[in-house]
Amino acid sequence: MSADLFEFLCRMGDNCLILGHRVSEWCGHAPVLEEDIALANTALDLIGQTQLWLGLAGEVEGKGRSADDLAFLRDAWDFRNVLLVELPNGDFGQTLMRQFLFDAWQELMLSALTQSSEPRVAEIAQKAVKEVAYHVERSGDTVIGLGDGSAESHARMQAALDLLYPYVGELFESDAVDQAMVKAGIAPDPESLRAAYDAKLAQVMGEATLTLPDDRFAHKGGRTGRMHTEHLGHILTEMQWLQRAYPGASW
Amino acid sequence: MSEVRTQPQEAEIWAWLDEVPDPEIPAISLVDLGIIRDVKWAGDVLEVTVTPTYSGCPATSVINFDIEKALRDHGIEQITLKRQLSPPWTTDWLSEKGRAKLEAYGIAPPTDAKGPEKCPHCGGTHLERISQFGSTPCKAQWRCKDCLEPFDYFKCI
Repeated sequence: MSADLFEFLCRMGDNCLILGHRVSEWCGHAPVLEEDIALANTALDLIGQTQLWLGLAGEVEGKGRSADDLAFLRDAWDFRNVLLVELPNGDFGQTLMRQFLFDAWQELMLSALTQSSEPRVAEIAQKAVKEVAYHVERSGDTVIGLGDGSAESHARMQAALDLLYPYVGELFESDAVDQAMVKAGIAPDPESLRAAYDAKLAQVMGEATLTLPDDRFAHKGGRTGRMHTEHLGHILTEMQWLQRAYPGASW
Repeated sequence: MSEVRTQPQEAEIWAWLDEVPDPEIPAISLVDLGIIRDVKWAGDVLEVTVTPTYSGCPATSVINFDIEKALRDHGIEQITLKRQLSPPWTTDWLSEKGRAKLEAYGIAPPTDAKGPEKCPHCGGTHLERISQFGSTPCKAQWRCKDCLEPFDYFKCI
């Protein structure tokens, strides 16, 4: 049981960590100041949530590993984030499209987790869901604004949706770890969130005048750790550099 | 033999903590902000329970440091800081005094509606949102269309 819970917590924490790191790459580069601040704040929330999820993962594992140990001292094959969050930022529109696709899922997942039978999971979810409500409002509004914007922004948002949609399916795949979580009442079956997610996407993409691809092919392998994209290694190279170069450095 | 000292009363400790400014919005105290949930003695050790505002708020570690420093300055030597996530912090926990101080400082206090009630500079009510995010995780940027000044809004969570 605790091995499955550890796995589940790594999946939650690694999604936040890798997306938080990706979004932080925009710091100082966003098209306008307000967006720069908004992206940095979103990244900050995600990194804060990472500390809670991975902190609990280390506690559950019981080997004395801290959130920092898990973030900075594991290699690519031990990461359990979905592939969607490790994809490169692309342009601003692509970054916000990825953010919306993730936020819409995270809001549903966290809402369900507020009812978790594991109180430590429920309290993290209760905290994080309030932050994510702001994320999804903003990313959804931006997808609508850019999708239903100029011909150029519309074309870029449609291209971003076509590129990223094949990575959505992995958020809803279910395996033995998920079944163990369902059985213990800790977490919902990811598949059970799909209908509400589809409804949210249909509403936002409709307003954004964007067309959801018909094909539901899904790239997978991140959350099970079977295979990440080449991009994860590059993120870790930068993110873990200090701890690799100066093991145990602290301040 | 060590000298026997009287433990300060909890009410007195709350008053001390009410003098510790929030590091990012120094106009209000940590008690005004509502993040100090409990102060109690466990034997010789003072336990202070603190709830974070936002998960990633970078001020959290500074806040813990400031609490510890303030209490040490008042002669309390053994202190344990406990983090409490649940129930999660909400802007409803801001004190009335804190809300008034925020407004005087130029930050519109949170409201149940989805935005500020009035401009903290001129009191104008023709307002527009510039961004849902602001200079710290807890604030959003708004502008007053009466006096044309931008201002921070302490957003509801």
